[in-house]
Amino acid sequence: MTLTRKTAAELASSIKSGEVSAVEVTRAHLDRIAEVDGPAESGVHAFLHVDTDSALAAAAVVDQKRADGDELGPLAGVPLALKDVITTADMPTTAGSKLLEGWRPPYDATITRRLREAGIVILGKTNLDEFAMGSSTENSAFGPSRNPWDLTRIPGGSGGGSAASLAAFEAPLAIGTDTGGSIRQPAAVTGTVGVKPTYGGVSRYGLIACASSLDQAGPCARTVLDAALLHSVIAGHDPNDSTSIDQPVPDIVAAARKGADGDLSGLRVGVVKELGGEGYQAGVEARFNDAVALLSKLGAEVVEVSCPHFAYALPAYYLILPSEVSSNLARFDAMRYGLRLGDDGTRSAEEVMSLTRGAGFGAEAKRRIMLGTYALSSGYYDAYYGQAQKVRTLVARDFDAAFAKADVLVSPTTPTTAFPIGEKVDDPLAMYKNDLCTIPSNLAGNASASFPCGLADEDGLPVGLHVMAPVLADDRLYRVGAAVEQAYAAQWGGTLLEQAPALDGRRGESATADRGVVS
Amino acid sequence: MTVTTALPTFDEAIAAFEPVMGMEVHVELGTATKMFCGCSTTFGAEPNSQVCPVCLGLPGSLPVVNRVAVESAIRIGLALNCSIAEWCRFARKNYFYPDMPKNFQVSQYDEPIAFDGWMDVTVDAETYRIGIERAHMEEDTGKSLHVGGATGRIHGASHSLLDYNRSGIPLIEIVTKPIEVPPAVAPAVARAYVTELRELIRALGVSEARMELGQLRCDANVSLRKAGDPYGTRTETKNVNSLRSVERAVTFEIRRQAAVLSDGGRIVQETRHWHEDTGETTSGRTKEEAEDYRYFPEPDLVPVAPSREWVDELRGTLPEPPAARRARLQAEWGFTDLEMRDVVNAGAVSLVSATVEAGAPAGGAKKWWLGEIARVANERGVALEDAGIAPADVARVEELIAAGALNDKLARQVVEGVLAGEGGPDVVVSARGLQLVNDDAALGTAVDEAIAAQPDVADKIRGGNLGAVGALIGAVMKATRGQADAKRARELILERLQP
Ligand SMILES: [Zn+2]
Repeated sequence: MTLTRKTAAELASSIKSGEVSAVEVTRAHLDRIAEVDGPAESGVHAFLHVDTDSALAAAAVVDQKRADGDELGPLAGVPLALKDVITTADMPTTAGSKLLEGWRPPYDATITRRLREAGIVILGKTNLDEFAMGSSTENSAFGPSRNPWDLTRIPGGSGGGSAASLAAFEAPLAIGTDTGGSIRQPAAVTGTVGVKPTYGGVSRYGLIACASSLDQAGPCARTVLDAALLHSVIAGHDPNDSTSIDQPVPDIVAAARKGADGDLSGLRVGVVKELGGEGYQAGVEARFNDAVALLSKLGAEVVEVSCPHFAYALPAYYLILPSEVSSNLARFDAMRYGLRLGDDGTRSAEEVMSLTRGAGFGAEAKRRIMLGTYALSSGYYDAYYGQAQKVRTLVARDFDAAFAKADVLVSPTTPTTAFPIGEKVDDPLAMYKNDLCTIPSNLAGNASASFPCGLADEDGLPVGLHVMAPVLADDRLYRVGAAVEQAYAAQWGGTLLEQAPALDGRRGESATADRGVVS
Repeated sequence: MTVTTALPTFDEAIAAFEPVMGMEVHVELGTATKMFCGCSTTFGAEPNSQVCPVCLGLPGSLPVVNRVAVESAIRIGLALNCSIAEWCRFARKNYFYPDMPKNFQVSQYDEPIAFDGWMDVTVDAETYRIGIERAHMEEDTGKSLHVGGATGRIHGASHSLLDYNRSGIPLIEIVTKPIEVPPAVAPAVARAYVTELRELIRALGVSEARMELGQLRCDANVSLRKAGDPYGTRTETKNVNSLRSVERAVTFEIRRQAAVLSDGGRIVQETRHWHEDTGETTSGRTKEEAEDYRYFPEPDLVPVAPSREWVDELRGTLPEPPAARRARLQAEWGFTDLEMRDVVNAGAVSLVSATVEAGAPAGGAKKWWLGEIARVANERGVALEDAGIAPADVARVEELIAAGALNDKLARQVVEGVLAGEGGPDVVVSARGLQLVNDDAALGTAVDEAIAAQPDVADKIRGGNLGAVGALIGAVMKATRGQADAKRARELILERLQP
């Protein structure tokens, strides 16, 4: 098996045993990126920036440490794709926006620092919707990423680049950020694993804010164990982030290993009544129902739960998010860094700000800035922002009530499979509905994840199983995810991604590409 | 702009209208680090040398509350007899300005850390209770320097420079309730309030509260009404940055508004700028043009919830209230009300106190700080504490006088030397050769010469006319260029001319 097809856990153990060097592993992934990522107009386009030199240098440090007999961390030497909304002192950080094109932050995000300290090799920065706002990467100022399952389709968003890099075997690990589903929805539509930890579980310091009260960074991988290993590297209290939780992180790696036994007896699984039905693709519902049946077969007790206020989650989210966005994005004003237009000595600072922001922000960013500015305006605040915050409380109470009846909740991750690029760009509301199932967890701050659960019959594209756990019970996600994963692996004879078509470049590498749909 | 000559006098203005005032005072806390990051707050550093991703508002950076700033805010609140919130949040105040790196200021909106208190101030032996609406925490902005224009203002400047060293320095904004006092004393009460607040802040040790350095900044709200009417429309005069200006600005605004209202005009709700040079205010931004700040709770910070135990512990650290302290010091020093008022008005209570603690008599300490030192500080346009002489220096001068080593004239020269930066009192005495001539040999020669030069005066003294001694002492002083010990000279003259 080629190095790029291995899991992160396998790679780490091969590196540790000396079977392969970290430099070889890194080089293999850089080669794969060179093969399939470009050109930007037609390739996967998962990456906005690849830093060959610094990746190889970081890998060489791991090899040297091993040679010196130093203790290596559980993911040392494993390559990773970092969403380009997280600051890196040695690479540009654009947030997918023209406003930050070429900006080199003077500091590493806490996540970046922890990755480096763990010996993880950062290959480069992945594409995203501008300032992480979107569900398709079509809002990136640098062109969309493409879904490795079908390059004419979206890889999800905003973290489409990270998910696509995993599905295209360009990296075994990636970091995403999830404000309304930006880790989970791309995971679902690319057949990968994506976990949104409990809000405050992973530091936001150095994560360029979309909506501060909703943003949460988390692990993306091709297997549940890999996600757990990465999660434990980045999680934990950070004194630089006031909203970071100062409590021990649950043992998620142990939970993933336990879940792999495939025994879910004693676990109560709640199916959320409101997350399904009208507007859900038939193939998505079918795979979801199969997954629920599987959970039952694995010993879980399946119950139906009702979360009546989830119906208001989407509108509330689209008031809270733009409100915070309108304030968070105010700093991009051409004064200190980034794009500056019209500074010809005749214009005032205000005019330069206005010109730069007018030309620098894309349509979706502008739409949300305007919505948010309006929602916070005096006279409208109570009716919009204030009401939305009340809904947020009600959504959290729905979760509390549901978690009294069930240990985890499940739903489809997205109402549909990956849609064609361009299909929804002119219909923001249709685009927003992608996040119907994922948004409630951002509002309530609890942990959620998406795991592959098969392919939709009508289009042969991946479907995600959405699992929700209470605040600080992230370990439950991994137990369920790992149990489901091993059961499906037995059914499918491997991971879902092995059913993905081979990409141009070195065709035929995907040995099981034409195996057909298995469910 | 209003023609100044058309303004009524203050007495005319208050004969027709009652002023209502509201004071907003910003205090820059003297914490070692900024409100939300670890950057130093030292004043006067190289521009942009005390900055980091957080106070530059760089993408991805996040604030973390400075616990010492919260502690200072609570202590200020307690000293102002406020209630301390059990739970409160920061809020974002959104507006665009280049000196604000995030284009929002982290402040507090409807949940201030301290609220509903009071402070007493005394004017002409009358005590007035000023209600405190709230005291809240916020971060300071950076500073813009407009280059190339004549006025240093943005209009006409060719370009602007930005210094973010001040960005993120903790501020406490203290807002009064409407102040309604007898019209005749209104401006004096406004001044007394700021004076008293400054004393309090200093006594708490939370800030040096030096207005000339912008550590204490005052905005004065003024409105007028006919007696018994509801409140009139107010203006907010910004940039009132000395105690004297507070009184003058309020006085001017009362006269200006009275002129407008007497003419049948209406007051526009607006901010106004105070001009120290002309003693006038000019129109700034009107309410119609004013920003909608779109306040909302700061999602990057968790609520501040000071435990009652902590608040009680801080209550135990409060200093003696300034008024009580003044009463105690006045009694200790034996000053009259008038003398004490002069010391207070000069902002010299702590300096005099420190000088007395260093061993000087209170009268002597007062004389120097309110006399020679005040004169020099005033000439140089600096605060008393920046004039270049320490309380210990003043006490040493007094000690030399008491020991007979200096007379008043020489002592003044020593103080002058210290103020000129020539060194401490002893250094100045020896460098300038200002020792009092009181050894009998040197003095005796001068006395003998004086007697020989004025035999007729000597005869009068021999005849019992002691009033004539002065003439001979004068001659001795002249001969010794003022360095003679006059008392000893007198003794030597009388020894020689005993009738
Ligand atoms: Zn700083």
